[in-house]
Amino acid sequence: MTAAPLLEVNDVSRIYRGGGVFARRRVSAVAHVSFAIEAEKPEIFTIIGESGSGKTTLARMILAIVPPSSGVIRFRGGDLAAIRHRAARLAFMKLVQPIFQNPFEAFNPLKRLDRYLFMTARRFAGANDQSAAERLADGALLQVGLSLAEVRRRYPHELSGGQLQRVAIARALISSPALIIADEPVSMVDASLRMSIVNLFRTLRDTLGVSIIYITHDLATAYTISDRIIIMRRGSVVEAGDAREVLDAPRHPYSILLKSAVLSPDAAGDPDRLRVAPPADIPD
Amino acid sequence: MTAAPILAVDDLRAYYATSVFGVAREVRAVDGVSLRIERNEIYGLAGESSCGKSTLIRTIAGAIRPPLRVRSGDIAFTFGDRRLVMQTATQAELSAIRWKHLSYVMQGSMSVLNPVRRVRHSFVDFAYRHIGGAMPEFLDGVRSHLHRLDLAPEVLEAYPHELSGGMRQRIAIALATICRPDFIIADEPTTALDVVVQKSVLVMIRAIQRELGSSLLFVTHDMSVHANLSDRLGIMYAGRLVEEAATAEIFQRPLHPYTAHLVRSLPRIGDATAKRGLEGTPPNLADPPPGCRFHPRCPMAMAVCGQQAPPMEAVAPGHRVACFAVGAAR
Repeated sequence: MTAAPLLEVNDVSRIYRGGGVFARRRVSAVAHVSFAIEAEKPEIFTIIGESGSGKTTLARMILAIVPPSSGVIRFRGGDLAAIRHRAARLAFMKLVQPIFQNPFEAFNPLKRLDRYLFMTARRFAGANDQSAAERLADGALLQVGLSLAEVRRRYPHELSGGQLQRVAIARALISSPALIIADEPVSMVDASLRMSIVNLFRTLRDTLGVSIIYITHDLATAYTISDRIIIMRRGSVVEAGDAREVLDAPRHPYSILLKSAVLSPDAAGDPDRLRVAPPADIPD
Repeated sequence: MTAAPILAVDDLRAYYATSVFGVAREVRAVDGVSLRIERNEIYGLAGESSCGKSTLIRTIAGAIRPPLRVRSGDIAFTFGDRRLVMQTATQAELSAIRWKHLSYVMQGSMSVLNPVRRVRHSFVDFAYRHIGGAMPEFLDGVRSHLHRLDLAPEVLEAYPHELSGGMRQRIAIALATICRPDFIIADEPTTALDVVVQKSVLVMIRAIQRELGSSLLFVTHDMSVHANLSDRLGIMYAGRLVEEAATAEIFQRPLHPYTAHLVRSLPRIGDATAKRGLEGTPPNLADPPPGCRFHPRCPMAMAVCGQQAPPMEAVAPGHRVACFAVGAAR
């Protein structure tokens, strides 16, 4: 018998209901999405999509923040819907950690950054006293190229966006998770720092064996680091497969459109650049 | 004789000066920047956040309010045969040229448009004063201008929240171009948009710039956008312009180590090699490193870099760079 996959997303949908009594609207944010991440083989699994494609809703379901309307998500064989009490939730959070888009919003501006690290160490990594918490925090910060000496007693505004996002990644690493869900982690980070954050994910996968779900709309960084990829549009997966194969030769019209809209840095000096607008819409 | 450039900035120093409890602090956001922008060209300005590019365009647009102060230098516009020096211009002179000669596309289209008024009112508020005439004719003109940007005339009657992000950004562009200005400043107008929408908005900006023959100062940190849009490109680092050349030249022969890094680290589809990020952090502009501000992160740093600031020198026609290593290698 083979071991249960690390994460199994099985025919998952999420419907949001809105509107008043007389004008009910149903918005299908995620529709029938299935994929699995194997336990033995850590990988960077990328979800690509525009705003409104349901990629953040999918991430929130995997983090067990919102329940799916239908379908099952299993983490190491256990159904996420079975997480009911505090102890089970803490045990789950220890293994599945999020990184959010905007590090300036993720941290409370009035709270020192080291307190987040110590709190995570105490709650999820079993640090009983201050020295154990500091040791864990320092270890995690070293993994991302920082150290506790640089972060101690600092407030979020004292660090640059790239440093802050590294602190957010270090915080996620403290509990030694098996899966990290990074929702647009570099879209608020400067271009010169973007690659160092993205490269960090590759290092984490190779040295710590963490699987990472990388959610983005940036096809170029996705191509550079991902192992597998799914492209989402209006809640459904339109194309899935090996990242390089899909992005080298996309087949679905929407994937082709996405790829054609990527601005190539090699266009400099091309007299025909930006002549033709991409089609506004394509049929489903 | 060549005509004066539409915008000439000479050795501009714009600092934020604050004084809290008697402790004076100066943030040197723009420090000794000189540049020229010609008619009918797209000048791209690249640089990471907090490198002073927003301060630079704020001073150029004449929005100089304390704590921002211009310490020295000149900003001069030439509109037709009229020359206007920004620091000495009166409020009345500024409001006479705003939107008519000098306009501005901002990053957040939601904050340009009044959320509780229909889009039509924004056009009347911005442009009616400059165009004048009878209101029905003015609105007809607005509709035909919207058509140029692929927008239906019905958007005039819509509230901003009813429109998508791409449509709102196109309305912001329509507002900035309706008076056929000579000079347009665009501050990250496409950064918040999705890739497909971003490309169509950029195509539109370029088409309308070519049609009007305006000059465009386009600011973004995204080098791929610059590769596709700009004619000339200036790279800013920590309040200074470090390199300036034609866009193709910057991408094919970057000379400054910072530019070279920016160009080299761009990820591309079809290129699976690992790209390196730049180590270190951008300097604090209240206390910048002495000498060249890039030297603590520079792989080619020499002793002189920590002592003197390299001057901006022309190394080829139209290619200026501020780096001692480039000068020494020649």
